[in-house]
Amino acid sequence: MKQLMKKNNIGWLFIIVSVIAIGMFYFYPMFDALLLSFQSGMGANLEYVGFGNWSRLFNDPTFIQALINTTTYLMVQVPIMIVLALFFSVLLNDETLKFRGFFRTAIFLPAVTSLVAYSVIFKYMFSGDGIVNQLLINLNLIDVPIAFLSDGFWAKIVIIVAITWRWTGYNMIFYLSALQNIDKSIYEAARIDGASSFQQFLKITVPMLKPIILFTTITSTIGTLQIFDEVVNITNGGPGNSTISISQYIYDLSFKYTPNFGYAATVSYVIVILVIILSVIQFKVAGDKE
Amino acid sequence: MKKFKRPLTYLFLSIATLISIYPFFWMIVSMTNESVDVTQGRQLPGTHLFENLSKLFDQVDMVTALTNSAIIAIASTFLTLLIASLAGYGFQMYRSKGKDIVFNILLLSMMIPFASIMVPLYRLFGKISQTAPFLGIDTLTAAFLPTITTAFFIFFFKQNTKMFPKDLIEAGRIDGLSEIGIFFRIYVPTMKTTYAAAAIIAFMNSWNNFLWPLVVLQSPDKQTIPLLISNLGSSYAPDYGMIMSAITIATLPTALVFFFMQKHFVAGMMGSVKG
Repeated sequence: MKQLMKKNNIGWLFIIVSVIAIGMFYFYPMFDALLLSFQSGMGANLEYVGFGNWSRLFNDPTFIQALINTTTYLMVQVPIMIVLALFFSVLLNDETLKFRGFFRTAIFLPAVTSLVAYSVIFKYMFSGDGIVNQLLINLNLIDVPIAFLSDGFWAKIVIIVAITWRWTGYNMIFYLSALQNIDKSIYEAARIDGASSFQQFLKITVPMLKPIILFTTITSTIGTLQIFDEVVNITNGGPGNSTISISQYIYDLSFKYTPNFGYAATVSYVIVILVIILSVIQFKVAGDKE
Repeated sequence: MKKFKRPLTYLFLSIATLISIYPFFWMIVSMTNESVDVTQGRQLPGTHLFENLSKLFDQVDMVTALTNSAIIAIASTFLTLLIASLAGYGFQMYRSKGKDIVFNILLLSMMIPFASIMVPLYRLFGKISQTAPFLGIDTLTAAFLPTITTAFFIFFFKQNTKMFPKDLIEAGRIDGLSEIGIFFRIYVPTMKTTYAAAAIIAFMNSWNNFLWPLVVLQSPDKQTIPLLISNLGSSYAPDYGMIMSAITIATLPTALVFFFMQKHFVAGMMGSVKG
């Protein structure tokens, strides 16, 4: 018994540094942010203002714009990417396909780039005289270059295209490995029963992959809610504030304008609340009983 | 039907491949061309590679940025692996009710978006600056300190520790090794592949990190590669050939690791789902 107690204590020694580090760099800041969200003032001169920051949110056009933009990215980009990734993984799961490894590696390759690096490349590709406009003009699809980066609508499209390029292959790899665990005989049986490929996809593949689809949807949701690198490096929030994201607004409030940490912390809690709400919804929709 | 589907499959996959690879192709080709040629859409390799590279190293402090990024990434990777694997091993091998509860609380931190804690973190490092300036704002240490353990890596090591044979621990105890001795002498060498996979992900995360270094590193001599590229990318008269060289150099380490250690790479990325 004494020996067991001793072993238990040694066990705590193994984990103590992690507990301190995560407490200090995650949970303490979370708590501090909550306190900050009830304070206001410039820089370090803060005083309690009750719910002042929270009511300011609803009358702040930049915040509302950032919220709308971020949810737009989320609702357009995540579904497109998940469907594309599923589609490619099903195509690539066919063992008789030639060049499977090559296709898989190629589609995954964007996932090795840094967010800043690929954002700058996309910015240049979609600039007024960039390669995409040149291509579209040469193909006679357009006469005048599209103002991809200086038009609010197109700038959002470019950001969505960029994120989709970066992450589709990454998600595809998760689906591919899950697909390999599905028993082939289920498909055989379905074929004998006369199920079309599309029916097989909807009735077998999707339900079997449900846990992993849920997982990738949640991670992508958390990722896209925090989107910063792409927006800052492709459009810098512009034109106007038409592409600004919540994270960028938090950064601007804290480090670009006259620092207002209290209000910035309030905006940052909106992300936390959104993460919680969306994760709960996704769990409910997927009907996971665990 | 089947005959008709095959060509379509190849067509879709070829288009996807083309779109996935083209930006890489363009990046490498542009690195060898003059800025003017890049704007005119030149798609062939040119002869200006060395000119672009020497411009990059002359006009921009590329060496400092590379050194800073390397120091931060190596220190962060080493500490993450050490601290997270100790914890993953501890949580799995010395299981108790209390530790399981603590583990679940730590997992909650994975749901915390970084954007929502960056302001308090910045304030925290502001306070640290007052007592220990060498750890505070605008130091390389501050750039990696918050990442030295994450719940993801603890989870990753805990999952993989499940496969570690317990007999080896008993054997170690019989040989008179201390508990910590067992960890370093037996566990670490046995789990090499797990460490490799974790190292790749930790290095990549750190090498590519942008937001936190942007917040905490202020002076030019503390700049990291992503900060440098972001600065170059926002210039009004960009020298495309030079910037593409910088981007290629920044992408090279992770791309090389991917090509030479593909198995570990994918294992690391998927670590959170298995088991």
